[in-house]
Amino acid sequence: MTHFAIETKDLSRIYKIRGNKKEKQIRKELVALENVTLTVERGELFGLLGPNGAGKTTLIKILTTLLAPTSGWARVAGYDVIQHPNLVRPRINMVSGGESSGYGLLTVRENLWMFSQFYGMPSKEANQRIVELLKMVGLEDRIHTKSSDLSTGLRQKMNIVRGFLTDPEVLFLDEPTLGLDVGAARDVRKLIRSWLEADKSRTLLLTTHYMVEAEELCDRVAIINKGRVLACDTPANLKRNLQRDAIFEIETSPLNGLTPQLLQNQPEVRKAALTDIEGGARLELILQEEAALASVINILTQKNVKVRRLTKREPTLEDVFMDLVGQKMEDVEKEEAPHAG
Amino acid sequence: MNRSETTRSFTMATWLGWQVESNWTDPFLFAVYVIIKPLASAAILVVMYSIITGGAYNSPLFPYIYLGNAFYTYVGAVMAGVSWAVIDDREHYKTLKYMYIAPINIPFYWLGRGVSRFLIGTVAVIVILTAGVLFLNVPLDLTQVNWGLFFVSLVIGVTMLAMMGLILASITLMVAHHFFLIGEAVAGALYLFSGAIFPLEVLPAWLRPVGYAMPITYWLELMRRSLIGDVAQAFPTLAQYSNLQLLGILLGLTVVFAIVSVFTFRWCDHRARELGLIDRVSNY
Repeated sequence: MTHFAIETKDLSRIYKIRGNKKEKQIRKELVALENVTLTVERGELFGLLGPNGAGKTTLIKILTTLLAPTSGWARVAGYDVIQHPNLVRPRINMVSGGESSGYGLLTVRENLWMFSQFYGMPSKEANQRIVELLKMVGLEDRIHTKSSDLSTGLRQKMNIVRGFLTDPEVLFLDEPTLGLDVGAARDVRKLIRSWLEADKSRTLLLTTHYMVEAEELCDRVAIINKGRVLACDTPANLKRNLQRDAIFEIETSPLNGLTPQLLQNQPEVRKAALTDIEGGARLELILQEEAALASVINILTQKNVKVRRLTKREPTLEDVFMDLVGQKMEDVEKEEAPHAG
Repeated sequence: MNRSETTRSFTMATWLGWQVESNWTDPFLFAVYVIIKPLASAAILVVMYSIITGGAYNSPLFPYIYLGNAFYTYVGAVMAGVSWAVIDDREHYKTLKYMYIAPINIPFYWLGRGVSRFLIGTVAVIVILTAGVLFLNVPLDLTQVNWGLFFVSLVIGVTMLAMMGLILASITLMVAHHFFLIGEAVAGALYLFSGAIFPLEVLPAWLRPVGYAMPITYWLELMRRSLIGDVAQAFPTLAQYSNLQLLGILLGLTVVFAIVSVFTFRWCDHRARELGLIDRVSNY
């Protein structure tokens, strides 16, 4: 038996998209995953970090046997997801965040109990575990509430409990804290940690586009964009590559037509990203050396842009992403949004 | 207790289906709905029959139509009940993907989801038959009923309808939400071709083969024969066949549909995974 909980080799997925009524005959292809090769060890909390539309959910769908890859192969818990889906399924579970799935006419307990029965759990054990897990996410007082009467956030908590309830060998959490408030997201992260600590053979694959979440939770992170894995390492190692660089955050008055590209044309400016804020802009810069800051300030002065605040900071995964992709994650998402759906 | 995958898929789906079908209102309103709805649909047919024939309730045509219509309730209930589960789980509850990744037997899960509608359909059939006997002189004498033939035909017939439902469920997996009435639409179309409310001879000759190819035609004839015996044989459609021959044909066609349903499910399931349709939400 392999010691990998998840293995993929050259995994690709291409969607064929039909045009609208006028362009019915024109078939476009969307590459959702391109030659993804990954290994996740047993006991690891592995993060897939990337913007919306990067291919994270597509990868999870393939690994959970919901979707066939176009090419390549994948194994979960030692079994090929295409050849032996029936051996994979008893060993996995999955929760997608940001959706309110579940049978609204059933209570929280009934919803969870029913799923436990589909997995063949003894009823008594399932009921005990339901209470334990609901306590851990602060939902025990809603155990007899119909799930249609729960808020979206509480319903999401119920679904997260459903994922942990069956105690899978490999658990897939797809954006589990999406749309949750700060407290609820903290509860979920706590649950993730304690579940993994309780049994070192348990494996969890988490997708997120929250950098802090990936940084806080994951043993290793793969950064994914446009279907390709750009980097895969521990958060510390990913950031270490940037520690030679100087990372600055500058808040300024309005930029008067100054673009990030103009700054990036400077030889020592590796990456520059711009975010509009109230009454001005925030520049995030990755510089090869601190001395390059002078030329940036010089350009700002020439453009009559005032510097209001300047901060030097340690690299984050957001910086790693910007370094790899050339854009901040939210900018990638904004670019992709008009093409989505 | 460690139940097999197939058993727990079927029993839990039956439990879930019953909760979904019966929990939408309070028990009293649910009971009223279960009784009133079939009576209302039967009443429409009786009124139409009465206007067209001038109230000829003693004609053998009346029990033919009345019983055919009563048992046809099962066709819509079972076929639509099984196929509806796909749309309900995928589009409404958004749970189909979680069912698909669970270690369950999907065809048996869908069949289990259809059981509640079968039970509600059974109540409807009993209500319609009781009303027919009490108020419309349907010549149904419980002492004269061929109970053996009745139960054997019922079991084979419901199995056949479940297999047809499975075919529809598999096709439903491939299509979008606006096909949500696929089960009832097919049941409605077959209403005309299966001898439910008129003998096949009424159909144009080129349409009759459709009726002869449908196991529902033979099943309805068997149900009528088991309940009212010779009266049901007053029409020439299947008069040349004995009960045993009809049972053989029904059983044979049921086996054919069962085989077709297995292959249809496998193909649709495979294609749905290829095309990414299992968790598709059409947002219509």
